[in-house]
Amino acid sequence: MDLEGDFTIPKGELFGIIGPDGAGKTTLFRILATLLRPDEGTVTVEGMDIVRDYRTIRTVLGYMPGKFSLYSDLSVRENLEFFASVFGKDVKENAGLIENIYCRLRPFEKRKAGNLSGGMKQKLALCCSLIHSPSVLLLDEPTTGVDPSSRRELWENLAELRDKGMTIIVSTAYMDEADRCGKVAMMKSGKFLLAASPSDIVSGFGKRLASVRSDDMFRLLHDLRSMEGVGKCYTFGDTHHIILKDGTDMTEELVGEQLVSVYGHTGVQVRRIRASLEDCYMNLGEE
Amino acid sequence: MKEFFAFVRKEFLHIFRDRKTLLVLVGLPTVLIVLFGFAISTEIRNVNIGLLSLDDDISVLRLMDKLDRSEYFTYVGRFDSENAVNEAMRRGEIDAALVFPAGFVPAMYGPEGAEVSVLVDATNPNNASMEVMYLSQIIYGYFGEDMQAAAMSAGHSGGGGRITPNLRMLYNPQLKSSYNFVPGIMGLILLLICALMTSVSIVREKETGSMEVLLVSPIKPINIVLAKMIPYFVISCAILVNILLLTIFVLKVPVEGSFFWMILISLIYIILSLGIGMFVSSIVRTQITATLLCGMIFLVPVMMFSGMLYPIESMPVALQWFAQVIPAKWFIEAIRKIMIEGVPVRYVTTEILIMVGLAVLFFTAAVVKFKDRLD
Repeated sequence: MDLEGDFTIPKGELFGIIGPDGAGKTTLFRILATLLRPDEGTVTVEGMDIVRDYRTIRTVLGYMPGKFSLYSDLSVRENLEFFASVFGKDVKENAGLIENIYCRLRPFEKRKAGNLSGGMKQKLALCCSLIHSPSVLLLDEPTTGVDPSSRRELWENLAELRDKGMTIIVSTAYMDEADRCGKVAMMKSGKFLLAASPSDIVSGFGKRLASVRSDDMFRLLHDLRSMEGVGKCYTFGDTHHIILKDGTDMTEELVGEQLVSVYGHTGVQVRRIRASLEDCYMNLGEE
Repeated sequence: MKEFFAFVRKEFLHIFRDRKTLLVLVGLPTVLIVLFGFAISTEIRNVNIGLLSLDDDISVLRLMDKLDRSEYFTYVGRFDSENAVNEAMRRGEIDAALVFPAGFVPAMYGPEGAEVSVLVDATNPNNASMEVMYLSQIIYGYFGEDMQAAAMSAGHSGGGGRITPNLRMLYNPQLKSSYNFVPGIMGLILLLICALMTSVSIVREKETGSMEVLLVSPIKPINIVLAKMIPYFVISCAILVNILLLTIFVLKVPVEGSFFWMILISLIYIILSLGIGMFVSSIVRTQITATLLCGMIFLVPVMMFSGMLYPIESMPVALQWFAQVIPAKWFIEAIRKIMIEGVPVRYVTTEILIMVGLAVLFFTAAVVKFKDRLD
């Protein structure tokens, strides 16, 4: 995997890495976790080089891989105690940090980890990677395969941890989660295209964006793409988003009129909208 | 150290929670020992024997009676022609027959001596040769006594004294097959548990992803692997005790040599097998390859080339050389010598040194190959 990019993650930041599957997120996390050595380039964690000082880094790092399976034949409590003792720590002395997450698991303490629901498993995995109070927390796609309410809870937990001064790096394929990060880096096939705060990314979107709907959404997509003055067109939820090309006199009103008169669409709605993070992501690497 | 013991505890929990595997681990040696000891025995038992004798000599009939009373033979009946004997053997009614020519007994006391034919169904050559051996032993013994008694009562000595071969089966006078199988089964089972189970349990952590988390922790990765070995070492020792108890008290195979050295050699072999398991786990990524590698490279050759089933000496030279690198071969040989032959330990120093050398080799290779990263 080739990774290209040069950026710094400030201490105490909740930093999101966003990119589709295969963008290189897991490779990046493994490099940060000292598990892979880069062929070229340097990476430092807490000022320490990941190749030279990997032993020291491993004591301050909390790492939750995307495919982290707990020991399914051990109970919730046994898993937690095992991971605490691996770091030479006691569950009690670090209970404060995980209390807010662990309180949801306490009723199931004696249950085998293999019999937990997906969301509960992720919570337990998070507890296990936090039990030694790391100063840097790496979470590789922690919300994949987790239901929406558990996802929200997880992000709330992460925000609390950030408030306690922990540096957290999270990867996700869900755009809506990126808004919760202090800063996000967008990745596409190994390249870092942009690293900034979500609001800066959105306000830096310099194109005219509109959402379009009609009664025949499938034909609409095709027709919009054949229209002059319409740049990019892609589906977005139950509407289509279009970029109006700069330097043309194409407007939303004109698009609507043409759709009715030239293409014979009914129920046409065209609205000028503000860009979301996903719009920014879709239009990255275009220019 | 606290981290280390937490690991050991976790491994024990894994093993004891997986009851089915544990049952197989403990049950398999028991079943194998009992199976090889009783059911799959190469000893001969209940061989049906017929008689073809043209005279009605009392001493021949007494011989048949004696054979019938032994646990090896059952006297089926008397036939009146060679054809009838052949027919009975084809029909499977008899497995062996004794043919006494006319005038056998008088000729026996004469200067020329007499001949008795032993016919054996040699479809199973092993059984046949064993039957011949047993029969000739009994016949020699029986008529030897008879001739001595006759010489005594006739009042003269020296005349008619014939040299008879005196066969003795050293170390295993009853030719019990368990003498051969017990060391073999020990070699097989201990390798199975130590090498296969250890490597699979280490590789499982790689496969499920927990190894990634364990690597990113302050614990020395090599300790992760060592902690995995301790429970399997303990279980192997328990199984060793189990095998020995079964061997001594159920199969009634006596331990002729030093008990201490036998245990020590077994411990060396257990450690060697753990080294093999660790080496395998350091070069493979999935449980299935670990199983195949242990099975194909280590277990099957143990059956074939350790001398457990086939004697190494009768193999082609190339295969004999190959057999020398099978770790279990050295263990089985050493155990045979100590346990069955009862020789002092200085006669097995070669075997012990080779096992120690192999153990050092495998552990070094495993440590060199062991990676504390993923690349």
